[in-house]
Amino acid sequence: MTYHFFEQDLTSLHQALQAGDVTAEALTKGAFENIKASDPDLEAFVRTHEESALAQARAVDEKGDFSHFLAGIPMAMKDNIATAGLETTAASRILQGFKPVYDATVTKRLKDAGAVITGKANMDEFAMGGSSETSYYKQTKNAWDLTKVPGGSSGGSAAAVAAGQVPYALGSDTGGSIRQPAAFNGIVGMKPTYGRVSRFGLFAMASSMDQIGPLTRTVKDNALVLSAIAGFDEHDATSVDLPATDFTAKMGQSIAGLRIAVPKEYFQEGIDPVVASQVRAAIAQLKDLGAQVDEVSLPHTHYGVAAYYVLMAAEASSNLQRYDGIRYGYRAPEAKTLEEVYRETRSTGFGPEVKRRIMLGTYSLSAGAYDAFFKKAAQVRTLIIQDFDQVFEKYDLIVGPTTPTQPYGIGEEIGDPKAMYLGDALTIPVNLAGLPAMSINAGFNAGLPIGLQLIGKAFDEATLYQVAAAFEQENDFTKALPDIAAKY
Amino acid sequence: MAASISKEEVAHVADLAKLNFSDQELEHYTGQLQEIVGICEKLAAVDTTGVAPTYSVTPNVNHLRADEPVDWQQQQALLDQAPESAAGLIKVPAILKQED
Amino acid sequence: MVNENFETTIGLEVHVEMQTKSKLLSPAPVHYGDAPNANTNVIDWGYPGVLPMANKGAIEYGMRVALALHADITRDIRWDRKNYIYPDNPKSYQTTQKQTPLARNGYLDVKMPDGSVKRIGIDELHVEEDAGKNTHGEDGYSYVDLNRQGTPLIEIVSKPDIASPDEAYAYLEQLRRVILFTGVSEAKMQEGQMRADVNVSIAPAGSPDYGTRVEMKNVNSFHYVRSALQYEEKRQAQVIRSGQAVAQQTRRYDEPSKATYLMRTKEGDDDYRYFPEPDLAPIHIDQDWIDRVKAELPKSAADRQADYVNQLGLEPYDAEVLTQTLAMANFFDATVAALGEDKAGAKRVANTLIGDVNAYLNKHQVELAATDLTAEHLAGMVRLIEDGTISTKQGKKVFEAIMAGQEPATYAKEHGLVQISDPETLFPWINEVLDANPQSIEDFKGGKDRAVGFLVGQLMKKSKGQANPSVLNQLLMAELQKR
Repeated sequence: MTYHFFEQDLTSLHQALQAGDVTAEALTKGAFENIKASDPDLEAFVRTHEESALAQARAVDEKGDFSHFLAGIPMAMKDNIATAGLETTAASRILQGFKPVYDATVTKRLKDAGAVITGKANMDEFAMGGSSETSYYKQTKNAWDLTKVPGGSSGGSAAAVAAGQVPYALGSDTGGSIRQPAAFNGIVGMKPTYGRVSRFGLFAMASSMDQIGPLTRTVKDNALVLSAIAGFDEHDATSVDLPATDFTAKMGQSIAGLRIAVPKEYFQEGIDPVVASQVRAAIAQLKDLGAQVDEVSLPHTHYGVAAYYVLMAAEASSNLQRYDGIRYGYRAPEAKTLEEVYRETRSTGFGPEVKRRIMLGTYSLSAGAYDAFFKKAAQVRTLIIQDFDQVFEKYDLIVGPTTPTQPYGIGEEIGDPKAMYLGDALTIPVNLAGLPAMSINAGFNAGLPIGLQLIGKAFDEATLYQVAAAFEQENDFTKALPDIAAKY
Repeated sequence: MAASISKEEVAHVADLAKLNFSDQELEHYTGQLQEIVGICEKLAAVDTTGVAPTYSVTPNVNHLRADEPVDWQQQQALLDQAPESAAGLIKVPAILKQED
Repeated sequence: MVNENFETTIGLEVHVEMQTKSKLLSPAPVHYGDAPNANTNVIDWGYPGVLPMANKGAIEYGMRVALALHADITRDIRWDRKNYIYPDNPKSYQTTQKQTPLARNGYLDVKMPDGSVKRIGIDELHVEEDAGKNTHGEDGYSYVDLNRQGTPLIEIVSKPDIASPDEAYAYLEQLRRVILFTGVSEAKMQEGQMRADVNVSIAPAGSPDYGTRVEMKNVNSFHYVRSALQYEEKRQAQVIRSGQAVAQQTRRYDEPSKATYLMRTKEGDDDYRYFPEPDLAPIHIDQDWIDRVKAELPKSAADRQADYVNQLGLEPYDAEVLTQTLAMANFFDATVAALGEDKAGAKRVANTLIGDVNAYLNKHQVELAATDLTAEHLAGMVRLIEDGTISTKQGKKVFEAIMAGQEPATYAKEHGLVQISDPETLFPWINEVLDANPQSIEDFKGGKDRAVGFLVGQLMKKSKGQANPSVLNQLLMAELQKR
């Protein structure tokens, strides 16, 4: 029997489990029925793990401990987050068959909470891409229109949640990889402050920008999942040691008097007028709710994409050098000499987008290019951070569109990396500055959602959830269901 | 700043990155890299005189680990994942004697 | 100098493994000689998703070495990645400190072969991780053991102040001695705990520039370093004399032929694409931290040498020998401590360590720690000799016993090595011998000292060699005066 997760949120599921109205096993079976019904079309999962998930669920039922709000509830894990014993490939051929022998810290936290991992969500290979088209294994579709891309790189995570396969998923965001697919699928995606969630076990793309975060249908669910995964980790030197935070704390509070900045540059960079007007309408609603809204300038926004691509690619080229066919994963079968093992494994194990970024990154770190590219980009990064600092001296948060466009057709942009990169222009600056940012649905046009992006001060996720919750309250977009939901 | 990146440079970078490209691929990647490098060259227009580079945004300082050994007991599981191993060692095609 | 017309410039980059309990970036144990890959985990294997966490102990060990070399500790340090792909380098980058080394600008005073002291500058010191170990099979494969991977290294880069192979040798010896006394490493060459990269160039005397650098990597014996440099001096001089230019090369020293061989010619520097490591937090070292490490820093060899001379009255040469290794100096201190108040015994302890013990170690090719000798036993033996319980001659036998782990007093007793000093026992023998040899008494009174020797001989025979000679002498003389 399928399970209609659309009618439930994590809190009601939790209450039902606690009351004994439903079992973890029933929920998990329901999730798998949903997946079986919709995933042949949607392809949100790279692979599912029904047996281990049911075992996890039964163990929670037997123990009867539903004290944690995630206990017994199924979820989807992005395929770049380590799960001991479960194949984890970052959607790359080079990790085909690879079973990490350890759990990521977020995996461990979810397991300890009693969460049930149904499977690995599809993604762009090594999180490199904005359409989930660079996956070696699957082509995830947009939950609202199967001919459109789901966004990326956490496209599988977003589609799985939007299509109601599972109530929540984890993703990772280096340049927009949670927020952009959340926007494309009309759900809530949070990229927490750098250091808020441990990166231990997240297959690195750009270490100075990567963060794990939740994708959910509702704002409250999102805040809850973040509370479960956030916190200091002794295995991550960049994780920040802060007291435990209740991210739902400010939800329900009025946003009257909050000072909201709207950067004019976020409405310039090749933005689709439809997106612009929908987002402006959303901002007008926030004003109606009593927020003080002003237009501001983030003058270096224009250089974000360039700075990001140089820094991200440089870090990625180094992070991905370990995939060499020696210690784990795929090794090119024909390779004889050591040099052949390296070259053929990497040449046939990585897809074109990954190779492109490795090439760009290797180039920008090489002796002749370092100062003009890598160092220059790091200086521009400082200017982008200063832009934000100045705005946050006077404002509580920044609001704008998540993406310049609505979801595009599968295959439309994959051959044009430049166009694809420019699509990240509005999400990238946040990663360069390490700030928290989320995307919530601002409404639909032509049956496809449009994302509203909220950007906060470092470690002030609670204010973002406050504003997002107020907006959600006004606009119940979560009641709208995609056609694919008819399958169950 | 260099106006473009040559095919030879791309070939050199591929060597550093241990990637093989056919001549045709090399041509293709040279074109794409030129385009991307073109975007990145926009950075030259920014005046960064006296601006310190940011390589990390972590607020952490001195996040260090106490010198206490812990055995995670992963030896066998790790060896099991290696494409080839023998007698507890990772087996690789002969390293041509350079310097180790 | 091989040739008056040339000047040699040598720079040494010395890597020393620091013996922390855990690795630099992972908590896996640091331990030499275990089964392959026993001391490894997902971090050491460079698994996808793992993150490093730097070991505070390694930073502090590094600070010890830096302080011992009088270097300025860098206050703000961040780590860098050095990128290269190699089977023993699992992440394909080495974590190091390129831009902000742990310390800069130190020096080492080195006693040269001619007895003079030369100050060799230390350009910088940095902490980095060691690589794993490759072994090369005959079967067309190589084999990788990652136990060593991630062991913290301190790299000590000298200024190009070293002007000859002999100076290089003396520098290395003195550097090892200083490091030993910081307690961070045993610096065992044969176990690869101390290795040197050697740079050498020669240029015509008076030339304003250095010549072209030739480098030799990972030379793991001081003797090899000296021989390799001697060979290079001659080879490069010959190249220059023949009108050619010395090529920038990496060469390899081969001990059997005492020659160096070309490994590869370098065109410019390797492109390691260094960049700041984003996975590790920066380090800030304030004065308090430096002071704390300073307080923990064991006394240097030079200071201990001076103490031995000034406080224990040892000869300067003996004090120097005892402070060649930390193990020996610590053993000496422990023995002197076990002697208690008897500081006079310290000289005898020194003599025994420098003489008999060192001879034993050389003969058996073992280290002090690997023998059964304890400080308590050595102190016990010295006490037996000092208080006259045994003779120095008997001491030789007791020495063999304590080297075999036996308790000296018990051994001496059980083997009848105890000297007889008790007058109650000795007097009857003296009277017996004098009574039996009236002629000798006459001779003594007539001024013939030889007679005493004869009488002592008789008495020793009677005591089966166990009479304490000095006590015996005293008693005999007194009795002779009376007769």
